Amino acid sequence: MASLEAMELVKEYQGHRLLKGITVTIREGEAFALIGPTGSGKTTLIRLLDLLQLPTSGRIIFNGVDVTHNERARLEARRRMACVQQKPVVFTMDVFNNVAYGLKCRHEQGGHIQRKVDNALELVGMQDYRSRNARTLSGGETQRVAIARALVTEPEILFLDEPTANLDPLSTLKVEQVIASVVREQKTAVVMATHDMAQGQRLASRIGVLLDGQIIQVGSPGEIFFSPGSREVAEFVGIENILPGTVIARDGSLLTVDVSGRSVQAVADYAVGDDVYVLIRPEDITFAPSRDISSARNAFGGTITRLTPVGSLMRIEVDCGFTLLGVVTSSSACDLGLDVGREINASFKATATHIIKRWW
Amino acid sequence: MTEVWQGFLKALELIITLDPEVMEIAGRSLALAATSCSIAALLCIPLGSFIHFNSFRGKRLIINLTQTLYSVPTVAIGLFVFVFISRASPLGNLGLLFTPAAIVIGQVLLVSPIITGLVISALSGVDRAVIETAVSLGANRFQATALVIREARFAILAALIMGFGRAISEVGLSLMVGGNIRGFTRTITTAISLETSKGEIELAIALGIILIILALAINIILNRLQHREE
Repeated sequence: MASLEAMELVKEYQGHRLLKGITVTIREGEAFALIGPTGSGKTTLIRLLDLLQLPTSGRIIFNGVDVTHNERARLEARRRMACVQQKPVVFTMDVFNNVAYGLKCRHEQGGHIQRKVDNALELVGMQDYRSRNARTLSGGETQRVAIARALVTEPEILFLDEPTANLDPLSTLKVEQVIASVVREQKTAVVMATHDMAQGQRLASRIGVLLDGQIIQVGSPGEIFFSPGSREVAEFVGIENILPGTVIARDGSLLTVDVSGRSVQAVADYAVGDDVYVLIRPEDITFAPSRDISSARNAFGGTITRLTPVGSLMRIEVDCGFTLLGVVTSSSACDLGLDVGREINASFKATATHIIKRWW
Repeated sequence: MTEVWQGFLKALELIITLDPEVMEIAGRSLALAATSCSIAALLCIPLGSFIHFNSFRGKRLIINLTQTLYSVPTVAIGLFVFVFISRASPLGNLGLLFTPAAIVIGQVLLVSPIITGLVISALSGVDRAVIETAVSLGANRFQATALVIREARFAILAALIMGFGRAISEVGLSLMVGGNIRGFTRTITTAISLETSKGEIELAIALGIILIILALAINIILNRLQHREE
């Protein structure tokens, strides 16, 4: 098992600073997801960690050894890692030899190669394709061959750059199952860059949020998605209600926050007078024709200003002195008779809020 | 026109009956061109790879110069080689002038720019992700380079075929440094030139047909190889 540590990694390219001092540790056998929008630097960071590129400054420590600039140490470390790129390429040879390539580079014996390649192909469900020219495979099949090619070397750290980008849902499911089984059964550390937050949540035990070349927050999926540390992370993980306010009262851990002249109750540890943001996930807000139905501490009457169908859900925007965004199922929307201009009651629990400090 | 037709029929007869002189000349041409191309391949594939895989000052200039030399006249190469191997030259005592070795030296010089330039183009045509994938799978520099060359093998093979075509079809160089000596340095092209000037058109046509058949056979082999891989 291996650990990998990046210290103050900076990468500049043509005058642009792509990574701005990344410090992150990948622990033995963990599944770590790097999430961030397109262009945030995920691929660049993966390439640096996989030792495919040199950083402009900073250090990479693999199992306690600084491998940043020592070419021999880099090759040795790289042979204990593997990477599946966003758009994997296959070599102009059959599937078997594609998968066997890494083993041949390590001068493994023919019998071992045969057995390991067969196992890897079986793991990704491609055992019937071993003699096919790899160039004739579909996108999903190519992705699975690339994963088999990486796994066959039994890496201690597996890097996956957008492993399911451009795949159909069935292929995505298959690839995710393979990744999950690798983490569970082979105890391989997996570092996965993805813009699909739900995928990161499903597969990772820890998540790092990369925004504009910096890791803004690292934590468990629960921490990242329900307790983001900053407004930027909250926006990225889909918390659409970010309400600026000021703490006006405190009773133990129960705060009263003034938001646009209305009082919002929240559970957090802040002092009276602190400027904060109140974060509420849209799915934590319930809607009812009148207040009586709800037992939540926070209940606000307001007017529906917008209804937007999103698949089987309906997005509701309610003006209750501040704008609240929520979602209900389309059938609930029908039952409630929701319509633009109609009065409605929006409520949410004090524990459903998350409070973060507002610095300006 | 009748003369040409009769010449064509006579040529077919010479080929079908495996006329010893025709076969000897064709065999020599083939052997010289194949030797030249093999030597050039041994030199130019590593050279082209070195130029492609390394960054250095003047790289673009070298590539441009190489490409310019694609169309260098064969007589210019012939003159250059002649100057170096003639009796009074520094290499004169090696006795290379008017020998098959002189033709091979000239042909190697002639086809080297073509093979080097096309090898560089062939390697440039390989997706950069191939080398990165190889490196990420644990390949060292040599293994990754070998993989890229393997990926470019058909384009490299095409480069060798081009070089072979240029070598077997040149005439000026073989005349100047080979001397067109019967049974020793006479090749298909020099023989065609000589026989035509003598009015022996049948032999010239027969040799011309053999030249075309050789080109066709090589193309068929190349296509077969490509299709088998696909």
